[in-house]
Amino acid sequence: MNKQLSKLALVAVLLLVSLIVATTYWQTWAAAGLQNRQDNSVELVAQFKVARGLILGNNGKTVLAANRRQRVNGQTLYFRRYPTKGLAAQTVGYSTSARTQTGLEESLNDYLTGANTDLSNAIRRELDTLGGATVHGNNVVLTLNPAAQALALQQLGGRCGAVVAMNVKTGAVSVMASSPTYDPNLVDKNGGYAKILKIKGECGDGSALLNNATAGLFTPGSTFKMVTAAAALDSGAFTPTSTFEDPGYCTEYGKHVDNASNPDQNGPESYGHVTLAEGFQHSINSVFCNVGKKIGAATILEYAKKFGFYSTPPLETPANERAPSGLYYNGKLEYPKHPDTAVDPGRLAFGQEHLAVTPLQMLLVASTIANGGIVPRPYLVQRIVGPNGSTVRETKPDTLGRAIKPETAAELTQMMISVVQAGTGMAAQIPGVEVAGKTGTAETNVNHVYTAWFVCFAPANDPKFAVAVVLEKQLNGFGGGVAAPIAKLVLEKLLGG
Amino acid sequence: MPLADPYLLPISGLLTAIGLTEIYRLGPSNAFKQGLWIVIGVGAFAVTLVAFRRDYRVLENYKYLFGLAAVALLFMPLLPGIGETINGARLWVHAGPLQIQPGELGKISLIVFLAAYLREKREVLAQGRLKDWGPLLVIWGAAMLLLFVTDDLGSALLYYGIFLALLYAATARLSFVVVALGLFLAGSAAVYEGTPHVRDRVTNWLHPWTTHNVFCPLSGTQTLRQECTSYQEVQSLYSIAHGGYGGTGLGAGTFTNAQGHQLIPALNTDFIYSALAQELGLAGAAAILLVYMMFVLRGFRVALLAGDGFSKLLAAGLTFGFALQTFVIVGGILRVIPLTGITLPFVSYGGSSIVSNFLLLAGLMLVSDRSNRAIQRS
Repeated sequence: MNKQLSKLALVAVLLLVSLIVATTYWQTWAAAGLQNRQDNSVELVAQFKVARGLILGNNGKTVLAANRRQRVNGQTLYFRRYPTKGLAAQTVGYSTSARTQTGLEESLNDYLTGANTDLSNAIRRELDTLGGATVHGNNVVLTLNPAAQALALQQLGGRCGAVVAMNVKTGAVSVMASSPTYDPNLVDKNGGYAKILKIKGECGDGSALLNNATAGLFTPGSTFKMVTAAAALDSGAFTPTSTFEDPGYCTEYGKHVDNASNPDQNGPESYGHVTLAEGFQHSINSVFCNVGKKIGAATILEYAKKFGFYSTPPLETPANERAPSGLYYNGKLEYPKHPDTAVDPGRLAFGQEHLAVTPLQMLLVASTIANGGIVPRPYLVQRIVGPNGSTVRETKPDTLGRAIKPETAAELTQMMISVVQAGTGMAAQIPGVEVAGKTGTAETNVNHVYTAWFVCFAPANDPKFAVAVVLEKQLNGFGGGVAAPIAKLVLEKLLGG
Repeated sequence: MPLADPYLLPISGLLTAIGLTEIYRLGPSNAFKQGLWIVIGVGAFAVTLVAFRRDYRVLENYKYLFGLAAVALLFMPLLPGIGETINGARLWVHAGPLQIQPGELGKISLIVFLAAYLREKREVLAQGRLKDWGPLLVIWGAAMLLLFVTDDLGSALLYYGIFLALLYAATARLSFVVVALGLFLAGSAAVYEGTPHVRDRVTNWLHPWTTHNVFCPLSGTQTLRQECTSYQEVQSLYSIAHGGYGGTGLGAGTFTNAQGHQLIPALNTDFIYSALAQELGLAGAAAILLVYMMFVLRGFRVALLAGDGFSKLLAAGLTFGFALQTFVIVGGILRVIPLTGITLPFVSYGGSSIVSNFLLLAGLMLVSDRSNRAIQRS
């Protein structure tokens, strides 16, 4: 009988071996998939046992995201709270008890929960868990300047728009304000999310959740003349002193494109004999229309690409919260196959046509000019600090390559200085500081309702900060009138601090 | 029992201790009750050893009594008045404040009966004479009936599996096992068609997650299956997955929601393995399974060394039953087979289970002591 018994023993052992194999499968191979399921109530509760890292402003003091500690049935749980409410809601994002996350809370989740996979961190976390101690995440110090951010948000005053600012030399984003904003603490409250969706800011429903600075697409209007002028000068086709005859219109395809339709222009409707620099200073459409016709849409778009158009700008926020800038046809980004025949070069040159840009992209254009022609790589995270105070990660400034020659950048800077000194952007003047800027007032489908822009940097002789301001749906609101004063205040705050 | 296998008792003690620790962690009041049951179990264990210290083989003479007892115990929960349905399966009997699963003791009785009967009839059975098959067909019929009336696939699988293992061991005819297995599958298929509870179990096993709403028989509404019939399975898998390699550590696992409500029903009985796997991780869970494997290997060693057919079949039956029960519950939790509620030997919370497992241990120790004595004499 022993032969049969041995076989039975083998069967019994195989049954138990299959259990070890199955346990291994669920605890290793299948574990990640199970943990990511939304209905996983174990992870749902377990996440509260981790003290998520704080998210701090650039001063290391202003807490943008913190934890509320609570004892529930003998277990210590940590719930997220946002002490500064709407200050940087779209950038910081939120992390809810239902495990939905947005913004940096989503993209930096591994760091914030201490689950980032560097070896020493993994070991420490494992020891913490085994020892029954609370797992502490890493703190994140952002580049955002809370005071300037608050000022920008206050100036936007709930209107649909955005203010972005960065250090032109490093790419450190010091302001990223999106308006209208919302209180992320509401998301987890009963009916709170519905309330957020109802916030009106002329952008449309649910707009408060959208990060206008990185994902909001606006018609650039005359601010795009920075790109056109860069292409005109850098390609060698024009110099700042190239002369034009401005009859008050430009002829395209046998039709007049009138300067009068450009609310951004100041001074007389027809300037007559002007230089390129003067055309830039007073934002004269006919001048740029002729530039566009001469150098062609392909050249302008090529230069736009060098500034970062047609690619999603790198940043630490989730990729789906950033949009690339360029020509949008029926809501889709498209690079025309034959730009010189498919795109109206005149209208492209002064920023209408089908152009849609993010404030961050326009900020990058100004920062590049300020930075001698090199595009700085934008970043929001200054450093990540472990629970024991050690630096886990520190962002080193980087660039996205050269867009234009240093001489072109210098010429453009001069032109932008004259805009603020005696052109369309005089409202941005700061006593004692030379500001370089460009206004934009883009037409919308509605008469006298404009998208108002101001993009600038200062000090012009040794640039430190660049600022881009956009306000949508401004009734008779011009870039130089409504956007430039905001940019001025934010610049002052940044330079003063 | 000076010459009994020296491993079996310590292994059982270790498993009981692991179980008691985890039960204490999940609910200290249950641990006290479990402690009482362990005392009773150890008492029953001692009484058995003392009572049969000369020769346990007298049991062979009462085989039909054991057979009848097995049937009576297995069907006892069906009696109106004392029988009770818990978690969709009718396995319980309540006597006063106590809830007993008589099936656990029925299992031991069945093994004693099968070992004795098959020892006596093994030669004639091997020849395949129809008249000797009577009692065995009765067992098949009983298993089917049991499955049908109690809706409990797991118990039916366990009892029938023990029967097949011993039939094979006694007759060495694999063809019998194949035929009997075929009969069981045919019977199960019929039951599957007939009873919604068994059908649900199989559906939950194959498709625990749905992406669209299905009819939920528990609430009578349309909902996702993971929020209805397969809730327990799915939550238990989440619990296991949360453990990862090293586990959360004892006491640090997550078994309640933020409001303190328990996430997995029957966590300290049927699902204690999910709790252990989360807190001890893959390392701990695999170690526990290896301890079970050691017990099984020692049990089969006892069977191999035993001097007579009855002893061999008894030891093999007890050991195989032990292994199969572990497989049925842990395999069910891990989605190797459809899930049925049954206790994890020595570890799960439950009086009947603890007592019957100590009786099982006593049986193995009696057999090993006797055979070792015989070996020492020669």
